[in-house]
Amino acid sequence: MAIPENKLAFDGGWEYDPAPESTDHIKIKKRYGLFIDGEFVKPAQGRYFDTINPATEEKLSRVADASQADVDRAVAAARKAYRTSWGRMKAAERGKYIFRIARIMQERAREFSVIESLDGGKPIRESRDVDVPLAAAHFFYYAGWADKLDYAFPGRTARPLGVAGQVIPWNFPLLMLAWKIAPALACGNTVVLKPAETTPLTALKLAEVIADAGLPPGVVNIITGAGATGAALLQHPDVDKVAFTGSTVVGRSIQKALAGTGKRYTLELGGKAANIVFADAAIDQAVEGIVNGIFFNQGHVCCAGSRLLVQESVADEVIAKLKDRMETLIVGDPLDKNTDIGAINSPMQLEKIESYLKIGQEEGGEMHQSSCRVPKRGYWCRPTIFTGVSQSSRVVQEEIFGPVLAIQTFRSYDEALSKANNSPYGLSGGIWTDKGAKIFHMTQQIRAGVVWANTFNKFDPTSPFGGYKESGVGREGGLHGLDAYVKLGA
Amino acid sequence: MASTAKRQRIAVAKTYKIYIDGKFPRTESGRYFTLEDKRGNVIANMCRSSRKDFRNSVVAARKAQANWAKASAYLRGQILYRIAEMLEGRREQFVTELVLQGAGRRAAENEVDTSIDRLIYFAGWTDKYQQIFSAVNPVSSSHFNFSVLEPTGVVSMLAPDNSSLLGLVSNLAPVIVGGNSCIVLASETKPLCAVSFAEVLQASDVPAGVVNILTGFRSELTEFFASHMDVNAIIYCDGGKQVATAVQEAAANNIKRVIDRTGINWSKPDAGHPYLIRDTQEVKTTWHPIGT
Repeated sequence: MAIPENKLAFDGGWEYDPAPESTDHIKIKKRYGLFIDGEFVKPAQGRYFDTINPATEEKLSRVADASQADVDRAVAAARKAYRTSWGRMKAAERGKYIFRIARIMQERAREFSVIESLDGGKPIRESRDVDVPLAAAHFFYYAGWADKLDYAFPGRTARPLGVAGQVIPWNFPLLMLAWKIAPALACGNTVVLKPAETTPLTALKLAEVIADAGLPPGVVNIITGAGATGAALLQHPDVDKVAFTGSTVVGRSIQKALAGTGKRYTLELGGKAANIVFADAAIDQAVEGIVNGIFFNQGHVCCAGSRLLVQESVADEVIAKLKDRMETLIVGDPLDKNTDIGAINSPMQLEKIESYLKIGQEEGGEMHQSSCRVPKRGYWCRPTIFTGVSQSSRVVQEEIFGPVLAIQTFRSYDEALSKANNSPYGLSGGIWTDKGAKIFHMTQQIRAGVVWANTFNKFDPTSPFGGYKESGVGREGGLHGLDAYVKLGA
Repeated sequence: MASTAKRQRIAVAKTYKIYIDGKFPRTESGRYFTLEDKRGNVIANMCRSSRKDFRNSVVAARKAQANWAKASAYLRGQILYRIAEMLEGRREQFVTELVLQGAGRRAAENEVDTSIDRLIYFAGWTDKYQQIFSAVNPVSSSHFNFSVLEPTGVVSMLAPDNSSLLGLVSNLAPVIVGGNSCIVLASETKPLCAVSFAEVLQASDVPAGVVNILTGFRSELTEFFASHMDVNAIIYCDGGKQVATAVQEAAANNIKRVIDRTGINWSKPDAGHPYLIRDTQEVKTTWHPIGT
């Protein structure tokens, strides 16, 4: 296959001037307590921890470290609200409160976007155009379900479960919060939610929205802390339903810990999606899809297309074009509107990614990184690809959660399919071809909960999301996302 | 003496075996347990299946699952209907077995009749549940987006101990209606009907390996049913907190779906419903751009 001689000159000529998003309208308090029973309170043991900006390593604020006593208090507040206010409210009124949340989020969207990028390191373009609008849309979508649940479950009556304990990750802090809280509230449950310890700020800002929306005290409680706080919440005896998004290792331990408690649970866990490019694909579009699939949000995406399977006859062309395109990606200041790839979320995560870069090379993989400059301070990883890896390579089998793509080739349809499905994970998958019949065949046979054909990493409140196999249990989003928060009776 | 011998024919007793990959082997372990009636008379020596029998069954079930899922809904419906036809034809045998294991005649007849009717009920769902539970999702971007159900895969099932035929049928039908394959551990105290039901399945064009039925001890096999890494879901129907804990702890090894069917009265007319099918289904969402 001919490889284009002329490299695409995306970066020829002009340097981008800095285009920073302004932060002068952002108010971040020096210290945040726990949002329990409608107000911010001090943690019982008086412990706080820093949350930092991963792009500058500067401290943004201090947040409370919730202990068992705080968890007890938050769950008690949620229980009381379930019994006295939220659980008894007319469904239509419940819905109106949730609509209010969506509206206030839209009004404060820019503020949320900037804080999300400051606290988590993701490019402002993404928090502004993806995370925050989708989060608001999620509340808007589920608000409307509150008084229509009878139509969602034909032949059954849907009733709320009670108190939901929810623990979310750091890769999409506000969006994951919306995925958890919106359906829970719509179905009549009350909530205690713990954001990730490295990205607590937008959740604490959302607590302000909850208060401004006038929700009865205790309907939504936000507590901050690390793993121990999360475990205390999910194992609390008065929590009826557990919702967790995070790694499969932790998900497995949660499923074990909940054994015998009768608690309902949904788990959104890891992934190692195959993004399959056939020779008959529109190659330039596919290259954009590969870039979006693995470099979106620094690769901190559970459904990232972290395995590229490319048909042998176009492999050289695709890889050459991919390398060209990688050279054009701007890595740096998350608040700059030109930035494509922001900061790695934490030093721990950077260390994990770098350990995989080492593993991949030690296993015989050939590593290629773009030559871009990265800032001196902060946590950064250049976009990276591995070729010459095999199905048994750890960089092919294990979730890295960074901007690292493992590339394999295939000859036949069957080889692509068997490689794609040869994984304990089954969260997502991608296929690129111009042939409709092949799309339907492949999308049916990939064992994964979300399959993108000729696109990748698209999300919508109406669209269910969740994994097969070890990628989790249950769905979030859409009609099917309601299941997780109701019990069905005759 | 001579005249007695003329009149009394020696009955041919049935050997109850297990059902793996469409065949009726004995347990590879060579072990057995004795089933007795109320008076202590021996009814049969049952296979005391081993972990190895279970693992062989999983291999058969995995091999059979993809093609079973690919069979058209219409065909699966006809096969389910065929199972009901075969059961109807052998109604008397199942009644006799239930009576032999302690049921009153009327209750036994009711159980067999309800089992047949439940199979008919689920036969009619094969080409409809998808329409009830699927969705086209009105996403905001320019994409066509839809969510459909697909079988979870290989399902292991600890069938109800008490409702040995109806409970088995009510749990099994929704699993295979949805294109899954499964491995069943039959009622320990009343295992006869499960083995005879395997013969019904074999005569009904259910492909080999789609259903595998073992007899044996719960206490020994539960752990393996729950922990096997190539099983995607487990259904259990009996036991208190201890069983629930053991099953879920072992199931977490590969994030199995754990389906608790304890305390259900399967003889109720509304005990069959399509949400039972949905329990062993996954939702898959597919996106494609709309454009030129």
